[in-house]
Amino acid sequence: MPINIDKEIEGSFQIIGGNFVNAGEASTQLKLLLTKLGVDEDIIRRTAIATFEAEMNVIIYAAAGRMHYHITPRGISIKVDDMGPGIEDIELAMQEGYSTAPDWVREMGWGAGMGLPNMKKNSDIFKIDSVVGEGTTIEMVINFPQQ
Amino acid sequence: MTLREIIDILDATVITPLGDEDLNADIRSACSADLMSAVLYYHTPDSLLITGLTQAHVIRTAEIAGIKTIVFVLGKKPDIYSIELAEEKKISLLSTSLCMYTASGRLFRAGLPGCLYK
Repeated sequence: MPINIDKEIEGSFQIIGGNFVNAGEASTQLKLLLTKLGVDEDIIRRTAIATFEAEMNVIIYAAAGRMHYHITPRGISIKVDDMGPGIEDIELAMQEGYSTAPDWVREMGWGAGMGLPNMKKNSDIFKIDSVVGEGTTIEMVINFPQQ
Repeated sequence: MTLREIIDILDATVITPLGDEDLNADIRSACSADLMSAVLYYHTPDSLLITGLTQAHVIRTAEIAGIKTIVFVLGKKPDIYSIELAEEKKISLLSTSLCMYTASGRLFRAGLPGCLYK
């Protein structure tokens, strides 16, 4: 199915920290939008996984956050910023298996230390910026295949 | 392997209503995990998820990963909210009294391979 994007589309979702019941709702909504636009299935899968991991990080660690998306004929840009504790050592946090999640989060199936690596794996461009005590911002770009 | 065969092999009970189309769905691989990030990292779309976790975010993880069937081990069953969410997302839910190891072993022995997305 051809990609049906003749203009740029922007939007954002609020994410509330600790709200596990609705966890994944923002990513699901974005996935639905991309499906309606006729975006390639593999691109949708990569976007959904990357945004879901980012959304879960906000829910697990932060008081609140926001996911902003920008879709153009070239690809999808996502920015997730949160009011969380920030990350002290980003290099360490990017290592597979490293996590500071408490036990109760691990018991729910999260905190395996795969979130940030998974976001990077599924993005064409991945940037992370964090200030301890203020919050974390993640920017990801997923390009559409060249026509 | 069809979902009908999987139900038989695992002596599973069906949680969400399944029609003929669901029962005849072709499932080509499975992953057994309680770590949702591992599911997202390693899964193959259209695979079967075998897990001991029953919360709603497991259903969401399956949806994001493109997984259409979940088997809960040790006889676990999700709450009504998760069941309704699964029905809404067209994800089939099963429950087996087997443990994760035995459930995985039975399916592997019957020819269902593990999933590993590259």
